[in-house]
Amino acid sequence: MALVEIRDVYKSFQRDTQRIDVFTGLTLDIEAGSFTALMGPSGSGKSTLLNLIAGLDRPTRGTVTVGGAIVSAMTPGQLAAWRARNIGFVFQSFNLLPVLTAYQNVELPLLLTNLSRAERADRVRLALDVVGLADRADHYPRQLSGGQEQRTAIARAIVADPTVMLLDEPTGQLDGKSSQEVLALLQRLNNEFSKTIVIVTHDAHAAERAKTTLHLEKGDLIEKPRTVAAAMR
Amino acid sequence: MKYLRLVLANLGRHKLRTVLTILSVALALFLFASLRSVTTTLAASAQFGGARRLVTLNATGLVFPLPLAYGNRIKTLPGVTGLSWANWFGGKYGDGKTFFANFAVDPESYLAIYPEIVLPADQKQSFIQDRTGAIIGKRLLSRYGWKLGQNVTLQGTIFQGDWTFTIRGVYTPTDPAIGDDVLIFHHEYFDERIGRAGIAGWYIVEIADPSRAPAIAKSIDDMFRNSSSPTKTGTEREFQASFATMWGNVSFLMSTIGLAVVFAILLVTANAMMMSARERTGEIAVLKTIGFSDRLLFALVMVEAGAMALTGAALGLGGAKLLYPAINFNGAGFLPGFTVATSTLVIGALVAVGLMLASGLIPALRAARLPVVQALRQVE
Repeated sequence: MALVEIRDVYKSFQRDTQRIDVFTGLTLDIEAGSFTALMGPSGSGKSTLLNLIAGLDRPTRGTVTVGGAIVSAMTPGQLAAWRARNIGFVFQSFNLLPVLTAYQNVELPLLLTNLSRAERADRVRLALDVVGLADRADHYPRQLSGGQEQRTAIARAIVADPTVMLLDEPTGQLDGKSSQEVLALLQRLNNEFSKTIVIVTHDAHAAERAKTTLHLEKGDLIEKPRTVAAAMR
Repeated sequence: MKYLRLVLANLGRHKLRTVLTILSVALALFLFASLRSVTTTLAASAQFGGARRLVTLNATGLVFPLPLAYGNRIKTLPGVTGLSWANWFGGKYGDGKTFFANFAVDPESYLAIYPEIVLPADQKQSFIQDRTGAIIGKRLLSRYGWKLGQNVTLQGTIFQGDWTFTIRGVYTPTDPAIGDDVLIFHHEYFDERIGRAGIAGWYIVEIADPSRAPAIAKSIDDMFRNSSSPTKTGTEREFQASFATMWGNVSFLMSTIGLAVVFAILLVTANAMMMSARERTGEIAVLKTIGFSDRLLFALVMVEAGAMALTGAALGLGGAKLLYPAINFNGAGFLPGFTVATSTLVIGALVAVGLMLASGLIPALRAARLPVVQALRQVE
């Protein structure tokens, strides 16, 4: 059973009087421990797919199941609690809270848990250590470079040990060197910590780091998943 | 508690705006407390008056005197146990810019009828024995640095000339409505100086049975109904209330201004809060993505609004409560016993809670209902 199961999903938006169909019966599995890159032109539905998996958006029809939980059937309150435990989200523009230090930004998901202050501190230190920013804990986002900001965002995404990490164009605003650092970090999280990673990207170099690449065009999967597991079979 | 740092960080995002918002709430509630205290102090003074004291005035008005001879006739009425009289003087001291009440009384009977005016026995005797002597409230002593035995000169405004009195006693009122910034001197000396012997501004009539007050008041007025100076008698409380009603429109005006000020500040605060929440649309969306629930975000925004409103309230209401006693404020003598009542503090605190709800509710609801995908699209 796949970690993420997308079954016959339809998604449409209403823009003024026009109905835009993004997905018309999309079906897709994402295995646990995989590193999947979603590629495709703008408007192909990559970010919408990410939002559906994260429970930020609902399908018009069909089901989205993550780790056995039917995300598409949850209430907003259930979704918030579920996201806190299961989803680590990384944005293109980092989206760190500017009034909080790197430490405090990383700590945010843990505020939603019952961990003690000391336990939270241990987890935050570990996450910052993993992304190589232990010495920048007290820095505010404005005091960090773009690459450091994105690594802080990744630390925030992994600190609660989520079921799946979703990254929307994580290297889109980074220079080449920082991009490589972030991608290497993601690879390490996947290889060493067995994190399930889904990354939306336009960057072919970024996609090369993934074990699986999916191409979306106008809401259709135009290339079937070619996973390491499938290749092995 | 674990969210406190997040709340404080958000409040510190625009420090100047937060400080100005808190100060505007503080100012609004300080003004509210001050203006309402004027009203409550006036209302309290209208409640002053012993149940056993009546006041007899000239029916034409307070400024018209009554013959002193009336006193002997009033005393003969059944149920009357004591009588005194007084006359408003209205003199000014120093450069005339600071005002305090001063009037002439018959010392012995006046102090007997007003046990609320407390002064040492030797000072009382000294005052009674000195025709040019005066007693003053303790506030005047501290305000002007006067001493016992010192001569003080008032400039007459209604009754012209310089009037010099020797301070023979300092009293402490047991009822704040009496006022502790009053100068009282001999009616006999007053009568002699103005060369119009035998007049009294008003009479104070002590009666044995308060339940007979209306009957005795009627008897007094009936007695002088067909004279050249008919009288109007009522309980002392009615007398005080008539002064308070002279302030009636002022009280209404003050209440209205107070409410208008609070409402204006409410709009300013609400605007600041909404601006703050609007600026953070993207961050709120990010917090929702992390897993912050609608309810939690609603609560966090409300706590921010509450922190500002309640800090402002503590400063404004606490400031009013502490400031006025510290400066011995009494409205230039027109508001003896001026105090910020507990009821004013309670209403002020409720206004602050209302302010919190009104200013926080819209941004909090907006944060809670924010559609994440749409908001993220704006920031991404």
